[in-house]
Formats: sequence, structure tokens, C-alpha cells
Amino acid sequence: MTEVRTRPLEVLPPEKLESVAFDEAMEARIEEYLKRYPTKQAALLPVLWLCQDRWGWISPGVMRAVAGRLGLAPAFVKGVVTFYTMYQTAPPGKYLLQVCTTLSCQLCGASGLVEHIKEKLGIDFGETTADGRFTLLGVQCLGACGEAPVVQINNDYYTELTIEKLDRILDALE
Amino acid sequence: MKPILLRAKGEENSRSITTYMRFGGYGALKKALIMDPADVRKEVKESGLRGRGGAGFPTGVKWGFVPVDSPKPKYLICNSDESEPGTFKDRELIHVDPHMVLEGIVIASYAIGASTAYIYIRGEFREEAEILERAIDEARRKGYLGKNILKTGYDLEIFVHRGAGAYICGEETALIESIEGKRGHPRLKPPFPAVVGVFGCPTVVNNVETLASVPHIIEHGAEWFAGIGKTRNTGTKLFCVSGHVERPGVYELPMGVTYREIIEEHCGGVRGGKKLKAFIPGGSSCPVLPASLVDTPATFDDVAEAGSMFGSGGVIVMDETVDMVWALENLLEFYAHESCGQCTPCREGSDWALDIVRRIRAGHGRPEDLETLERIARFASQGMTICPLGDAFSMPIGGFLKHFRDEFEAAIARAKPLPPKKLPVLPLRFERHLFQSEEAK
Repeated sequence: MTEVRTRPLEVLPPEKLESVAFDEAMEARIEEYLKRYPTKQAALLPVLWLCQDRWGWISPGVMRAVAGRLGLAPAFVKGVVTFYTMYQTAPPGKYLLQVCTTLSCQLCGASGLVEHIKEKLGIDFGETTADGRFTLLGVQCLGACGEAPVVQINNDYYTELTIEKLDRILDALE
Repeated sequence: MKPILLRAKGEENSRSITTYMRFGGYGALKKALIMDPADVRKEVKESGLRGRGGAGFPTGVKWGFVPVDSPKPKYLICNSDESEPGTFKDRELIHVDPHMVLEGIVIASYAIGASTAYIYIRGEFREEAEILERAIDEARRKGYLGKNILKTGYDLEIFVHRGAGAYICGEETALIESIEGKRGHPRLKPPFPAVVGVFGCPTVVNNVETLASVPHIIEHGAEWFAGIGKTRNTGTKLFCVSGHVERPGVYELPMGVTYREIIEEHCGGVRGGKKLKAFIPGGSSCPVLPASLVDTPATFDDVAEAGSMFGSGGVIVMDETVDMVWALENLLEFYAHESCGQCTPCREGSDWALDIVRRIRAGHGRPEDLETLERIARFASQGMTICPLGDAFSMPIGGFLKHFRDEFEAAIARAKPLPPKKLPVLPLRFERHLFQSEEAK
């Protein structure tokens, strides 16, 4: 039986992210990132990760704060945020379920899993349950094809899933 | 043969530096740091090691492109963006033996004269990024990283840089853009990264598995490595097998093993005793091959001769039940999603091809569809786009249509014509009295 170790995401509502400031701990991390690269701009991806880990998603207010800190235009930061699929631009649920839909997982039964999970949660890809617990996303290859089918929940991979196994995992999440 | 790269698989605490050193780890580094960098490059060149990320470019030759006399700092980048569907070897390697990757990075950086190296790892691999960061800390404490490595005066820092979900960032110039904090749009080449790479400086981008092979070449010599596998296709390779096999997973085998041996002997054959229909030899961008070609030896050259590509070693196995129209649709969904949007033939072509295949599978194919697909593939490949993503979706189209054309034709023959679309039309105003003016009444 798979051990369920995933912690819920801390997600701040939009009204709390209209304008943000970095606290001391975040500033220390940003300083550390800036030392790694010869340009300030290169710290953009790590800083965005830091913000998403802290606040759950990247709001326009977060983009403005990041742009201000790194000396970039907010529009440029938005361009980068929207290019990469893992930066969330809307508040997700506490658990982000990312189901791999690419060939190897499909050959091993991912489509049955997708149907089941959609029915169980009553949501489609890209939607969040009304109680704010789950957001469901269909994603491209997660790079664990040998253990297909795979679902990533927040930061953790759950592999070799069956409908029963997935049900047990979802029920075990707090 | 005994595994080389995955030698510590199954060992307790295989990731720790003590286990790695018990296997003789960091011995090659000691040897390399007293060699001249040019000799390190020569050794790797003579070993015949070819890039394990998919293109198979000789690693030593790539290192040789870095201008030695350049006054600019030089960079080494370890590409762990592993996103090619069907490929999961780098993840395995990082899970089993992260220090082997780090030792390879230090030796490669020394060979090209870099004092900063980045590991670009895909955003989804969070656990793997943490494993690497812990390994970097361990290596630094032992003096294998940082300032004055092993008291030789050589300095190197390695930083882990996480991507954020973009297949295209596995392409080396898109990866460089991404490290610089931009959208991952590939750059025009030339100039090649070896001359103008990250931050405008000479840069070498090597795959995880390529770098993990380097310590073994230095330790045992180029001749030893060249003795494994076949001529021009030397060494062992991590094959990642997924899909319809009994035992999917990563297998380290010498180059030149046949796909039949991989599937039947190592993976226990096709799942449920079914018959093999087709396999993709090296990740989804490589043209699919039918079961009749399963005796092809797995080398860059033999697979090319069979009309496909060796790629990254990601073997996707499909049994007799798989509908090939469905399989191509699934792959095109991937490419349509992952095209970065920079070049028109790829951005529009990948969506257009997906629309057509989707329509064929929905039972509304048209006789001219296959010709259109081939035309799209022709216009999006072979230098018509900045990076090879155009080729990457064109080649599967070519492969599926070459070997399984009958299935596509049958689907089109079954097609029902789509009901004609009726556009809403405003009614003609013949009610003359409505238009008559007051005076005419």
C-alpha cells in the first residue's frame, strides 16, 4: 500500500495577494538565488517558485512584486509565468491532482482513471471542487512511464495506480 | 554484463556519498584533476561516447568546440529536463546514484574550464531536485566541490535550477533562455552554445546519462569504454521500457542489443501474452517501427537505417490491440500542447495535424487527409523551424503513415460525411409595405 505523505497546499485568496511584500526569510532566499547567476533576471524562475510555494499561486500582485524586486517589467514577468505550465495563475485547491495523459500512461489505463476521478470529484480538467479541496489537471508526460499510470499530487508522484489504489490515496489525504 | 551506471541499484542508501565511495566513487575525479584538461577531452573523445539525450552527438567533439582562449567565463549545464514521452532514465539515475552525475559534472566542467555548472531539472522532479541538492552538500563537505577542489586549485560551484513545465526547455538553447529567466524560446543556431551560450558565454549542455558515463571513462580508460557495445556506438545505455510489457522499467544494456532481446528477455515479453504490434525505439519523437523490425540492433546507426531514431532509449511497446490512429492522436496532442509558438510551421502545423487525426478517428475523415498530413509534416521539418520540435511531431506522422497507413485508410473509408453546416442567414425583406414611405401610400 502506498504511503500517503502529501501535505495540503497553503493557498491564499486573491484579496490577500493584491499587493505582497517579501518577508525576511524570503529575502534571504532571494539574495541566495541572486548569487548563483551573473544577472538578476536569471533568478526569476527560482523566485517565482519561492512565491508559489509560499502563497500557492502567482497573482498579478505577486508578479508586480517579483518584477519590482528583480528590476523587470511586470508584463515581462507575466509573459514568463504564462509560458510555463506549472505556475498557477488562479488559486488552486488544497490538492493539485495532475494526471498524466500521454501515451505510455494511456496504454496502461490512464483513461479509465481519468473518467473515474472526474466522476468521483464531479469536475473536469482545469476545474476545482466547490469545497476548494481538489483541482484536477490533465498534464503531459511526467517522466515516470515505467510506473504508469502516474498522478502527481502537489509535489509527490503516485505510481502504478489502479482505481482502487487512487481511491485509497484520495481518501487518505487530510 | 554487470551494470555500470546502475551498479548501486538495490543497495541500501545507494544515494549517500559513503556508498558511492565504497564503489570507488570520486576516484575518477582525483585522476582527472591531475590530468591536463585537453587530455580529459581527448580521453572522452576517444571513448566514442555519444550524447544520451537523443541526438547522439559525440560528447568529446562537443567539448572541443568551446574556444579555449576565450576570456569569458565558461559554463557547463547538466540537462535533466527529461520530458520526452517514454523516457525516465535520468530520474532513475538521480534516484539511484546522484553522486555519479555530480562527479561527471565536475570532470566535464574541469575539461572545458568552467567554474559554474547548472543542473536544469524539470519542475515536476521536485524530489529529484532535493536529492541532488543534498548530494551537492555532501560533496562540498568532502571537498569534491567548492573552492580549491582536492587542493588542486580548481573551483567549481553546482547549482540546481528548476524548470516549471515546458517540454521545449529540453532543447539546449531553450534551456539556456529558461536559465536566463525568459520564456523557453529556442535560439537560432549558429552561434552554437559552445561559443555563445548562457549569459553570452561559451556553454556545454550535456544529458545526465552522458555525464554519468564520464567518470567511468576516466577511471577505466577510453579503450575499455569503446570495447563495450559496437563500433561508433560504444558503451552501455539505459533503456527505459514502458507500455505493454510485463516488466517495464530501466535496463542498462550494452549498445547493440536488439529490441527483441530488450522486450522479450529483459522485460518479460508483451503483457498478457499478446502479440507485439509496434514499438517506438527512443521516445515519442522517433518514428514508430512495426513488430517485423524488432530484431533491429539498438544503436544510433542501425535504428537510423531501419527508418527511425535511437533517440533517448525510451522504448514504448504497443500490443496488437492498439489503434494506431488513436496512438498518433495522443502523441499529436502532446506536441500541439508543447509547441512553444515561435515558428508558424510548428505552432500551426501541430494543431492542424491534431485536428485532422482527431477528425479521422471521430469518423469524419476525408480522402485527401493523409496527403495533407504528409504536407504538414514536410513543411514543419528539416530546417523549416528554429528548433527540432517541428521534426519531432513530423517524424511520428511519417512513421505511423509509413507502417500503418492501412489503418488510417480504413478509418477514412468508414467515414460518414459531416452534416453540412448551415450558417444563419438574415431573412430577405420582401414585405414591401414595410419599406414604403409615407408619401407613396
